[in-house]
Order: sequence, then C-alpha cells, then structure tokens
Amino acid sequence: MNDFSIQVATVNGSGSQSSNTVLMRSIFQMGIPVSGKNLFPSNIAGLPTWFTIRANKDGWIARRKEIDFLIAMNAETAREDVMNLDPNRVVVYEETLKLNQYRKDLTFFPVPFAKLATEIISDSRLRKLLANMIYVGVVGELLEIDPAEMEVALTKQFKGKAKAVALNKTALEVGRKYAKENFDKTTVPYKTQRMNATKDKIIIDGNSAAALGCMFGGVTVATWYPITPSSSLCESLADYMKDYRIEKDGKASFAIVQAEDELAAIGMAIGAGWAGARSMTSTAGPGISLMQEFIGLAYYAEIPVVIFDITRVGPSTGLPTRTQQSDILSLVYCSHGDTKHIVLLPASVSECFSMAYQAFDLTERFQTPIFVMSDLDLGMNNWMSDPFEYPKIKFDRGKVLSAEDLKKLGSFKRYGDVDGDGIPYRTLPGTNHPAASYFTRGSGHNDRAVYSERPDDYKNNMDRLNKKYDTARQEVPQPEIDNAKGATAGLLAFGTTHFAIIESLDQLKREYNMPVSYYRLRAVPFTNDLIEFFEKHDRVYIVEQNRDGQMEMLVKLELPANLVGKIRSIRHYSGIPIDARFVTDELVAAEKGERQ
Amino acid sequence: MSTTMQPPAASPKHSNRLGYVTADYKGADSTLCAGCGHDAITSQIIKAFYEYGVEPYNVAKLSGIGCSSKTPAYFLSRSHGFNGVHGRMPALATGVLLANKQLVSIGVSGDGDTASIGMGQFVHLLRRNVPMIYIIENNGVYGLTKGQFSATADLGSKAKSGVANDLPPIDVCAMAIELGCNFVARSFAGDPKQMVSLLKAALGHRGTAMFDVISPCVTFNNHDGSTKSYKYAKDHEELLHEISFVPFFEQITVDYAEGETKDVELHDGSHIRLRKADKGYDPTSKAEAFNTLRQCQESNEFLTGLIYINEQKPDFLSLLNMTDDPLATLPQERTQPSENDLREIMADLM
Repeated sequence: MNDFSIQVATVNGSGSQSSNTVLMRSIFQMGIPVSGKNLFPSNIAGLPTWFTIRANKDGWIARRKEIDFLIAMNAETAREDVMNLDPNRVVVYEETLKLNQYRKDLTFFPVPFAKLATEIISDSRLRKLLANMIYVGVVGELLEIDPAEMEVALTKQFKGKAKAVALNKTALEVGRKYAKENFDKTTVPYKTQRMNATKDKIIIDGNSAAALGCMFGGVTVATWYPITPSSSLCESLADYMKDYRIEKDGKASFAIVQAEDELAAIGMAIGAGWAGARSMTSTAGPGISLMQEFIGLAYYAEIPVVIFDITRVGPSTGLPTRTQQSDILSLVYCSHGDTKHIVLLPASVSECFSMAYQAFDLTERFQTPIFVMSDLDLGMNNWMSDPFEYPKIKFDRGKVLSAEDLKKLGSFKRYGDVDGDGIPYRTLPGTNHPAASYFTRGSGHNDRAVYSERPDDYKNNMDRLNKKYDTARQEVPQPEIDNAKGATAGLLAFGTTHFAIIESLDQLKREYNMPVSYYRLRAVPFTNDLIEFFEKHDRVYIVEQNRDGQMEMLVKLELPANLVGKIRSIRHYSGIPIDARFVTDELVAAEKGERQ
Repeated sequence: MSTTMQPPAASPKHSNRLGYVTADYKGADSTLCAGCGHDAITSQIIKAFYEYGVEPYNVAKLSGIGCSSKTPAYFLSRSHGFNGVHGRMPALATGVLLANKQLVSIGVSGDGDTASIGMGQFVHLLRRNVPMIYIIENNGVYGLTKGQFSATADLGSKAKSGVANDLPPIDVCAMAIELGCNFVARSFAGDPKQMVSLLKAALGHRGTAMFDVISPCVTFNNHDGSTKSYKYAKDHEELLHEISFVPFFEQITVDYAEGETKDVELHDGSHIRLRKADKGYDPTSKAEAFNTLRQCQESNEFLTGLIYINEQKPDFLSLLNMTDDPLATLPQERTQPSENDLREIMADLM
C-alpha cells in the first residue's frame, strides 16, 4: 500500500509529460508522498524516454531502482523494459506489442490504446496525445486512485483550456472504463490509499526553485546562454520576474539578457556586478569551461557575481541530459593561477531557493564569485517539498563606500584589509567624489588598485584573498551533522545524493542494525567540524556521483595526515540518479570487508 | 551617448560648462612608446570630454587587453576604469550599463582585441546597439607581443621584419554598418581637429558610436611598406568632409551656403556640422557609405570622417524598459517581492 514505483516508457516528443504529471499529481493529492524523475535523451523527438513515479508512504523521494509497474508505450524498448523487471511485477502495454510472450512471471494488462483513442477522436496527432491520457485512466483504476483527484489534477494541468480538459477527461474515463471491464484489479499487488502526508506541500523543480530564490534575493541583472540542464533556470526567472518585478509604471526592476555565448554571459554578469547590480548567470559544465578566464578575473579583481552550475555528465559534451556531480574541482579551482572559490551545495529544492538568495548576500559581502552547484536531477526533476519560507533578512550589500563616506574618510584603498577579515572596501562607478574612482584590472595591483609587479604587492594581495576565503568558512551555509549513537562509521555527502542517503541510513539501521552518522556538506570552504567528524568515527564514507572522487580529493587536502586514512569512498557515476539501495549495498559490503 | 546636459553655468575662466578644468579629465602618465598614436587619441578624448562637458565621475571607461587597452588609465582619472580580458570588453561594458544606465561609457579597444579574439563580442555589441563610444585604436599589429599582423593589416603590407601579409583585412567600418551600427566614423590619430569633433558627436549619440582610428605603432608598424604608418595615412587620406560640433545650447547659425554643409541633429539636440570637402557625401545613406568605402579600398585610399549616422534606431537599454533609477541603486523594497507574493506562488505549486 502506497509503496510502489511506476515507470512510463514512451518516445521522446510524444506528449506524455502532461499525462505523467496528472498521474503523479493525483497520487500527491491523495496525501501520498510522491516524486517524479524524467530520464530523457538529448534529442527533440523519436528516442526512448522514461518517466518514473515513486509513491512512498514513508516519504522517501530518492530514485528507486526497482520498477513495480511498467507502462510500456515505446515499441523500440518494450522488450528490454519488460526483460529488466523483477519477477511478479505488473505491465500495462499496447496490446499489439504482444509483450506477454517474453515473460511468464509478470502480470500483463494489454490495452488497445490506439484503437480506443481512435474511438474518441479522428485527428491523428490528438489521438496520440489522448492515448497517453488513456493509460493514466487504466493505471488509476488498477491502483485505485481517486477519480475525483484525477479530474482535479487534469483540470489544473490544462488550466484555462476548456476543450483540452473535456477531451482529456473523456480519455481518462475511457481508460478507466476499459480497465474496469476487462481486468481483475485484485491481481495488482499495489494500491493507493488516502493519507495525509502531503498537505500544504508543493511540487517544484530545482531550477524554478533557484529562480524564485534569485527573485526574492533581489537579483537585478541575469545574463545567460542556453544549455541543458540550466536553461530552465533563467527561463523560469524571466517568467516570475515578469509577474512580480514590474513596477507600477510598467518598468522592469531587472534586466535579463540572453547573451551570444557563455563568454559574454559571464562578462555581462561581471560588468553588472562591478557596477553594483545583484548579478548572476547560470550554466552547465561546458559553459563553466568557457567562463574560466572571466571567473579568474572576477576572483582577482574581487567582483561579485553569482554563478549557477547545474551540472550534467562530463567530460566534454558528455551526456547532456544525465546527472552527475563532476564539476566540483573545476568550480573550486576555476581558472588559471591560484584561485579558490566559494561553492554552495544545495541538496533539495528548498535549498535551491534559500541558497540562491543567500548567494547574493555572500557575493556582495565577499566581493568574489559565488557558485551554486546543483545538478540535472535536482534542477530538472519535480520534487515534493514544504513551501519555501520568506527570507526575512536585510540584504547585505557588502562594503560599499558612498560619496558621503568618502567625504569623511578622504580616501580609500580599494584592496586594503582595513577590518582584518581580508575583505576590502569598494566604490561603485558614478560615485561623485574625487577619491571614489579606481582602476580594475586582472593584472597585478597594489592595495590602491594601481598596476604593480612588485613581489610584496603581489604576495600581500594573494595572502589577503586567502584570508578572505578563511573568513568565508564561518559565513557559508554550515554543514548538517547527525552523529548516530554508537556509530563507528560516518557518511559524508552533499547535494542530490542526500535523499538516497537518508533512506539508506534508515535501511542500514532497520535491516542491518548498523547506525551510521551523517555529515552533509553544504558549502566549500569546509568548516572546522569536518575534522571533528573524522576524529569521532573510525571510517568516513564519502558518497559522490563522479568517477574520480572529487570531493574526496578536497577533503583529503583539508584533513590532518593522521585522519586521511579514515576516508572511504562510494562513487556512483552512471549518469542515473543514485538510489538508497546502492549506497546501502556498497556500505555494507565495505563494512564487512573491514571486519574481516 | 547620453549625459546630463545642463545649460551653461557661469564658470571660471579656463573651465568647461560644468566648472571643471582640463586637468580633471586627465589620467596617469602613459607608459606607451614615445610617439604612439594611442597617446594622441588619449589627448583628444580628454579634450572632447572636457569641451562637451561630461561629468567625469559619471563615466565608466573600459578596455580589453593590449596596448590600446592600457589607455583608459591615461584619461579621466576621476572615472572608474576596467581593464578586462582580451576581446571581451563589450560584454563587460554591456553589463556595466545594465547595472547603471546613467553612466557614460567609453570603451577603447585595439584591432587584435576587436577584429580577432573579440570579433564575436564586437559584432553583438553593435547588433544590440549598446549606448557607448567604442574606439578601435587600429595599428594593424599586435604591439604587446612584438609585432605580429592583426586582422586589419592590409593585404601585402609589410611587417618590420619585412614579411608581407598574405591575408586580406577586415574593414571594421564596413562591417559595423552592415551590422546595423548607427554611428560609424573613421579618423587618424594625426588629425586632432577631426577626432575631437567626431568624439563630441559620439557623446551626443544614443547608441553604439563606433570609431575606427588609424593609430600608427611607432615601434612595429611605422616603416616603409606599412599601410598604417603616419606617412602612409597622411599621403592616402580621403577626407569626406570637414566637421565641427555645435552643442545644443549654442544657437545654430546659418553662416554657410546651401549645399555646402549638412547638419545632423543628435539625440540630445546638439548638431554635427559637416562641411563637404569635395563632393556631396550623405552620411545618412547606408548605400552611399558602403559604396564610398569600397571605392576608397579599391583606390588604396583611406577614408576619414563620419561615414554613417542614423539617429532613429532604439538603443539596447531603451528596449529593456528598465526603471529610470539605475538597477544597481534600487533598494531592497523595490527588488524583493512581498511575503504575500511568495505565498501566492507557493499556493499555485500545491
């Protein structure tokens, strides 16, 4: 009951997204925790795509590898999809595919989707779309999803389009009726039953959540270049800003510009940050590669800018529509020379929201680029969440000197360390005072921003930048630490692995009576309690979604030599989101090995 | 370029209408080679900004990388300067103006910076019509890396080492007109009078004012065989017209014979007055601009003057319909939607 996964296998571009959303939402509306993941190809139309819905009464929303209920609509992959199922699972399929010939240990429900759709409408394009809504009806009947909730979800999906609502309702009913008349639903081992676990919850994708965070964080300039999986961030931002950031006289309190490439996108964002705007860009790994030179300039010249990296699978073009956490090192050390950057690591849609607005305070406070590293899984999939809390904070615009300040001070050193925290003061272009102006350059400079190749000037500056980075340790989002009672092993992770890990910790305790502590990193640079966590445990498993253990490398650099031997590594890098069972199995096998 | 125009105030002698003296428009001492054309351009920028009466605090001066890109340090030391990365000044300038549309922006670039590594950004700056003055200090060589040909070096022109250039040049003026740039001028570092008038007209223009200035490199490209040397430029110059600039507050007088001069009104009400040199050139005709450029290329002549102007096209900042106050200065109350707004958005996601 309320614990199953559904996978819909369709063809990219076949219009199944609306149907899948209706299916997911109607379960959600019954109060059952639910999550959806879209596994799609880098292609517009014609290639296989899978959408997975997980319903779980305990509220686990990570990916679950095992599929309980397959809806096989794609002839090309149908056989493979069926062969991959565990025994005793359920398959709904287009009857002409004759999938029941491949397995004897599954429950099959053949449906003449094409034929049923023809009976509703003659238009061949609409017929295809309606076939998708018919499977929603069939599944609804077999899983006992409340028909009233399905109608509500459907009406919401096609909001304002009366004709589409009517047609789709008919399709839904056709599916439901067919299942009722032809199938014995008692043979389906999965059922939905009303719960009360989703009241007041929202469903949103990470990129939209981040866009909202930017808007409520007071972003004024956003410049970007399209790239999967980050495009929807700025697109969503543009939509929200049109609704909420146009002033009474019809003028915009923002500028959003689609640049000609990533080099221009980051350049505009840096120019705007220099001139005092809360400015940002969003991109993915290949874009970060292109932006490196400019990012080094912003680091060295100390210019605020927020950069979202919604990571995908690398290297190179990689797998553009699959997920990975493989840009960590390239962000922390982005650009040539000695550079070190602050990277925020959201794990949930609510952190996409909160870290987005925090990033603007941090970037202006520290006058340095701030990266927010999300990924495709978090950014483009829909997640259930508590509603976001309004950021009741006063914006920190950082150390900016006005003309009045300069009147009192007489002069200022652009790159001086007045407060001993490594963070200098700046003035904005247009400040009406003879002492305000300074020259910004990516070449060597002294504390008055004058060109200098003097060894002491260079070294002083670089040391101050390091001090600034150290100051940031206490001001970036702090880690979440859960020291489990009696745990000898700890687990360290960040970002989207979070939901798989909390589920895995539960599995480890229930199934193996193995308490494991959890340290969730929320930002680089690290805080001092990282060392304490290693001191408290015999082994710490660093879980990450990349081949080379990039976070492990960073942790190694920070740990005292006597603790480095405690590091263990669990790496998942197939491009598919990590699941709890994988973490559990890897950790249990490793722990068994330790005991031998 | 937009700037706040005030009626002339009673100012001290040797000061401009805002009360500033020439020294207020100067910068640091140049570290370029003695006799560099770029230094001559710097002097004309100082003169033009002084004479036009630009508030020096209100200027953002930007550049990329190269000899030319050093020059913003040598003028307007009361303004903020930004020496960015090679070829990518247009993006920085665009961003600066997005943040603060009230700034007067001047970018100085070189021929390598603009026509090679920065070609992409240059093209898109013009396409967007970002309101700024964009000067190309064009000497046909890479100076800082000691004399390699740039993309504007003429076919067959010789490097200091005697090697001949075997690729045709990119004509930045023809390209700018093609891309919709509405203020295209060309001049010569050795012609201060023409340059100052053109620069003042550029200040009165709303949109990108692109200004290609042949600026001989005395160290690497000022020898026989160079087509970007002082001697070559002086010998081959084809003057389109003589130019003078009439500020908006000066009465337009009719002291010329009909048919010999042409006044073009700039967006701020000032005028650029063109006295025809030897032919009736119309700088508002795109076709004429192209044809004249081509004819001069074919006859190895180097055309100077206001080649093309159009005051009608909207600039990039106007298209974005931003608040009158610069985005950079908007307070939190104007950039953070309310708690109710968030509640409304959340309700929609439930």
